[in-house]
Amino acid sequence: MSEKKLYSYTALFNTPDEIIHAVEKVSEKGYKNYDVNTPYPVHGMDGAMKLPPSKLGYIALVLGLSGMMAGLLMTYWMSAIDYPINIGGKPIFSFPAYIPIIFEITVLFAAVGTVLAMLLFFFKLPNNSHPLHGTNYMKAVSSDKFGISIQVDDKLFVKEEVINLFKELGSTEINPVYYDEVEINYKNKIFEPKFIMFLVVAFILTSGATYVTLNKLMFMVPFDWMSNQEKVIPQSKSMFYSDGFGMRTPVEGTIARGHIPYPYKGDLEAASAMPNPLLPTKENMKLGQQKYDTFCSLCHGYHGEGDSRLRGQFPNPPSLHSEKVRNWSDGSIYHVIMEGQNIMPAYSSQLTNDEKWAVILHLRALQRSLNAKETDLQ
Amino acid sequence: MSEVDYSVELSVVEGRPGLREIEDLITKPLESKPDKKFFIAISITLTMLMIGVIGLGLTVYYGIGMWGNNNPVGWGFGIVNFVFWVGIGHAGTLISAILFLLRQKWRNGIARFAEGMTIFAVMTAGIFPLIHVGRPWLAGYLFPYPNQHSIWVNFTSPLLWDVFAVSTYFTVSFVFWYVGLIPDFAALREKTSNKIKHIVYSIFSLGWRGSNKHWQNYEMVYLILAGFATPLVLSVHTIVSFDFAVSIIPGWHTTIFPPYFVAGAVFSGFAMVQNVLIFVRKIFNYEHIITIDTLEKMNKIILLTGTLVGYAYAMEFFIAWYSGVQAEQFTFINRAFGPYAWAYWIMISCNVISPQLFWFKKLRRSLVPMFIIAVFVNVGMWFERFVIVISSLSRDFLPSSWAYFTPTATDFAILIGSFGLFFTLVLLFTKALPVVSIAEIKAVVDGAQPTHKEH
Repeated sequence: MSEKKLYSYTALFNTPDEIIHAVEKVSEKGYKNYDVNTPYPVHGMDGAMKLPPSKLGYIALVLGLSGMMAGLLMTYWMSAIDYPINIGGKPIFSFPAYIPIIFEITVLFAAVGTVLAMLLFFFKLPNNSHPLHGTNYMKAVSSDKFGISIQVDDKLFVKEEVINLFKELGSTEINPVYYDEVEINYKNKIFEPKFIMFLVVAFILTSGATYVTLNKLMFMVPFDWMSNQEKVIPQSKSMFYSDGFGMRTPVEGTIARGHIPYPYKGDLEAASAMPNPLLPTKENMKLGQQKYDTFCSLCHGYHGEGDSRLRGQFPNPPSLHSEKVRNWSDGSIYHVIMEGQNIMPAYSSQLTNDEKWAVILHLRALQRSLNAKETDLQ
Repeated sequence: MSEVDYSVELSVVEGRPGLREIEDLITKPLESKPDKKFFIAISITLTMLMIGVIGLGLTVYYGIGMWGNNNPVGWGFGIVNFVFWVGIGHAGTLISAILFLLRQKWRNGIARFAEGMTIFAVMTAGIFPLIHVGRPWLAGYLFPYPNQHSIWVNFTSPLLWDVFAVSTYFTVSFVFWYVGLIPDFAALREKTSNKIKHIVYSIFSLGWRGSNKHWQNYEMVYLILAGFATPLVLSVHTIVSFDFAVSIIPGWHTTIFPPYFVAGAVFSGFAMVQNVLIFVRKIFNYEHIITIDTLEKMNKIILLTGTLVGYAYAMEFFIAWYSGVQAEQFTFINRAFGPYAWAYWIMISCNVISPQLFWFKKLRRSLVPMFIIAVFVNVGMWFERFVIVISSLSRDFLPSSWAYFTPTATDFAILIGSFGLFFTLVLLFTKALPVVSIAEIKAVVDGAQPTHKEH
């Protein structure tokens, strides 16, 4: 442990002219692993160090183009594919109007991305454990001196030669820089109780704040605006009416939209004469299928064979393909839907008139599919 | 004095100070305890801020019925102040990005401060659209994220462009500012003897070492950021002007709006930066860094943009007449001679007439006159937005819906509060961070760059 590990030899210079001269000499000698530290960028240093031009321009180009594509795809997908909305009769994808958005996203991606790429990948920052940190050399070069540091891992590094070179160049201060023992032997401290306690506290604070915000704060004045209004809502009490009910019964004889009073209650005979008012158009067939699947298929099955997933738990529903049902008139089926039969309940309120007739259209199509006529083949 | 040698570049920093001297001078406010003057200043700004907080509290609790907005004038002080403050921010980006691209070295002394003011101005501006929407806690819906409504935002609306433009502008300005601060944080880290400060500066400096391999990429990234910030800053006020220009209200629906707004923004921003810098250079003894030459150059830009704005006012009138659109003609006659004539003539005298005094070299170079003129410019630019927003809305197409807009006490409280917030942030900034870029100033001192003599 007593033997400290050498990182580099450093030399300080007073003027920018001296440092440029020194760097030119050092790179002439063929040193590769060296660095120059200055308080501000010194003109001509890149040439003296023979550095290749910075590649950040390409990074910015790529990031900018990907930002542009991201903006374009985002606006396109959101406004033309996922939820198209007609705004003022303009095209669903109004490209010219999206240019400002796409431009801003381009700039955002390119600017933030390039800076992050530079700091994280080019510089490997943040890095506060670099051997140069905490040295007098660092103090000097971040204020008013210009420094050069030749690392031990350079192929040509020989201690005496480097010191002689620095002396020749007229350096005012030559010092070795060692690795920091503590930092070399650094162990991960993730499982220390302190850190775990910190995680626990952070977790409690975050979840507590979230809970309070979502479950308490949003129900306080004024954040509960519009959810707390002085109006009668369904099932609520009302002192305004003598019976105390907030909900009122409709006026006698009121008819809900889509419903017509059924004149053939308990009279199958009369009902069977009703014709189906709907034509088997594409829309009606589709509506019928949808309503059949929602309300009828639970017992009768998707294909009307009485083979639904509820089979065996109740008395089995009859197949709708039987001779009897096929020979029923549309009106008779309508009557059964309206009033129910045996264990089947009435569906008068679940389906509107048109929906019931559409279901019958769908049922006829199902029946036809298992008992096709010769003529259907033509 | 008549013989000026134009072949030699004038020094940006006067008196050839040493590098360490510069560093000591710039970091002095950070290392000394705030004095009495500072406390007096910050108590004034905090009082103003508190007045604004009360106004905001009333607005949030009772709703925007507390404001003077009425039926035709739906955009009252909220939008006037928003446009004003966003405009103030533009000078910072112009100084840090456009003047950087134009290789104007005199910008180095004022860039950091102007950038800081950009950030604070945009923060102040950001309050106004938030409270203007009525329920600011729901403002998150302005961003296209998959929320419970499963519907997306309207990308064709200039108001949404504003959301993107201002938030991008803030983010990029902040990144630009921070990148400039990294080397200064490193210098502070090495300079300080206080342990806590050392840790804080270490964190923010990210372990910057002043390595030349880094400086090379750093200068590149600065150039790239300047390149992106330049079209960005032009786009921001262009898009703000679209809020007006894309609508069909007479007086708003004009193609001159984008360049006119950008010129006006730079105009008011430079006036504000100049005002604050006059105090900063005096209080912190930065007279040789923020020189009178620098201020003179800023005054020249104020003169240029002020003249551009004056031209735009005249051109609006001309086009209204030339277009032959009755409603448009009426709006402009109404602006100059209608119920808001007082606001219009304040605007004209402050924005068009007062900067013309900068044609005189003596006025450009003496502190008190230039300060007063810049204050006038700021007042005038606030009234410009007032005239645009209020006078157009209060008398639109339907005479039956005309109404006069009278601001309420709450309106004024929030306006005062916005100044309070801005100047509180500026004051805290002068005590928390180096208000002049240490690295950039070191780089432009005489003798800081190698002479490139043959050895």
